[in-house]
Amino acid sequence: MARISYMEAARSALAEEMRRDRLVWAVGEDLGRGGVFGQYKGLVEEFGPERISDAPISEAAILGASVGAAMMGTRPVVEMRFSDFALCAVDELVNQAAKARFMFGGQTRVPMVVREPIGMWRSSAAQHSQSLESWYAHIPGLVVACPSTPADNKGLLKSAIRCDDPVVYMEHKNLWPLEGEVPDGEHLVPFGVARTVREGRDITIVSWSAQVHVCERAAETLAGQGIGVDLIDLRTLWPWDRAAVLASASRTGRLLIAHEAVQVGGFGAEIAATVAETLGVKVRRLGAPRAPIGYAPPVEDAVRITEAMTVAAVRDMLGR
Amino acid sequence: MPTDHDRSNIDIAHLRAQHRLMWRIRALEQAALRGLDDKVVLGAIHPSIGQEAVAAGVVGSLRADDILLSTHRGHGHTLAKGASSEAMLRELLGRVGGNCGGKGGSMHIADFRVGMLGANGVVGANIVIAAGAAHAIKLKGEDKVVCCIFGDGAINRGPFLEGLNWAAVFKLPVLFVCEDNGFAATTRTSSMTAGGGPAVRARAIGLPAEEVDGNDILAVEATARAMIAAVRAGEGPRFLHAKTYRLTGHTGVDTAPYRPADELAARRKEEPILRAADLLRAAGVPESEILADQSVAEAEMDAAYRAAFDAPFPGPEEAFRDVQDIGDPAEGAF
Repeated sequence: MARISYMEAARSALAEEMRRDRLVWAVGEDLGRGGVFGQYKGLVEEFGPERISDAPISEAAILGASVGAAMMGTRPVVEMRFSDFALCAVDELVNQAAKARFMFGGQTRVPMVVREPIGMWRSSAAQHSQSLESWYAHIPGLVVACPSTPADNKGLLKSAIRCDDPVVYMEHKNLWPLEGEVPDGEHLVPFGVARTVREGRDITIVSWSAQVHVCERAAETLAGQGIGVDLIDLRTLWPWDRAAVLASASRTGRLLIAHEAVQVGGFGAEIAATVAETLGVKVRRLGAPRAPIGYAPPVEDAVRITEAMTVAAVRDMLGR
Repeated sequence: MPTDHDRSNIDIAHLRAQHRLMWRIRALEQAALRGLDDKVVLGAIHPSIGQEAVAAGVVGSLRADDILLSTHRGHGHTLAKGASSEAMLRELLGRVGGNCGGKGGSMHIADFRVGMLGANGVVGANIVIAAGAAHAIKLKGEDKVVCCIFGDGAINRGPFLEGLNWAAVFKLPVLFVCEDNGFAATTRTSSMTAGGGPAVRARAIGLPAEEVDGNDILAVEATARAMIAAVRAGEGPRFLHAKTYRLTGHTGVDTAPYRPADELAARRKEEPILRAADLLRAAGVPESEILADQSVAEAEMDAAYRAAFDAPFPGPEEAFRDVQDIGDPAEGAF
């Protein structure tokens, strides 16, 4: 076990996969100087500018070219900088990458990873802060991963690079410096297998990405009040671990889903509906208001799902 | 326009082959239109009737292992790249044995075995994908060429700028071909396009570009061959603007009332198959042989159409095949 950051975990995952398979390459703006957050630092020195490739500010070309390069047998890792910017390449991702295998009758695969950093990051305002994971969970053909820890960022990114289908890989910008234990050697995390963060018998909380850490703090507070939380980190939204969520919710009889993204049409709705339809247990969602994210700290914080809100929601559901 | 190819020394056997290919393309599309009338081609068909010289001249000049990306109006390109006519008609009828198993239809026809990476239902979307296919060829150190054909409407979309810039910056082996039929869907492209046109825009991005009479099979082929040779030699991307004319409407059911009848009548006299036949006649090829090219092509497509007509539909299980390796598409649904 080594203690490394969320960012370093991703960097080592990419480096390991590039050493293992010479058809893996990364492309995006500013990669040669280490990427906008430093998540590619040092890689161009090892792999050269053809495999750690700079790109023009040209999202449709970055993503679209990667679709072509993937269909021709290479495995591009595409850096979009911010999930907000990836909206300039939605046709390339949704109409092209996600559909090619199916609409061409299985003649081709599109093995590419689209890295789209998400989430609120102090005073980054409306166009650099969004969490758009539910958009892509809605699209047949895409895998959606939202790692919350260094270990998962390593293991899921490696799985994403080895996946033969397009993966929308959403790292949270606020988690880059987060440190944690990462297993030594080959560490792969499979898609569709949730992580049980902590066990408890009173209520199930499902979350993903940075919100998991908020829920973890809330669960700690609730434990001090005699309330046991079964906290599940979904890790991937498609496929999502229905079995783990259903098993936990059937044990506790209550389910809260908490996410940073807007609540309306969020992936929490899918989980809530599934559990309600299947088990009929009490469900509730905690998601952001349907408002753009503001610049000034009080405005930004007004749409954040906090530890206190999570604690209050749980207590209300339990009538305590 | 380049006229440096030598018309006094035409390779008649080759021109004859191109004449046959153009007739095969036209007969395939006539069979597809018949499928509309017979109510067995259920989706939209975008015919390229009148534009066959671009398919034959450009795609016919590619190597078998070269790569092609096409558009919603791509039947001719696909057939010229070597796809089977029967598989194509099965695809258009949505049947088993179609190039995509009946799951793509006309607008998503693809045949990866012959290097045809797909038509595309989104105008201009193939331009950036083609740049990426060429990027992979360069990364792998291969000497294949990518040919990307799009219409004149595509030059107003962002991927035109992004894809051409990408190909130029990375000096990629790709030939871009603007097959200019004068119409963007049902609107005259000239009325909605500023500036000097496709070649001017391409040159502004740094690509050597040429304009050619797209109904002159000899001119198209001579220009395409020279450009493909330059691209294969590692000189970077090239741009060909082929001016042609769409003799049909936008789709098989569009009667094109937005253009005057005399315009259509005049353009019919300049269509590429007639012009190729005139060259063959002038070179002494007997009329019976020229007519035979048409009847042989029509017989091939009649047989292919009958086979497609008789073929079964894919089963409903195909709805869930090739979505993705992990996750069950039906999970949580119904």
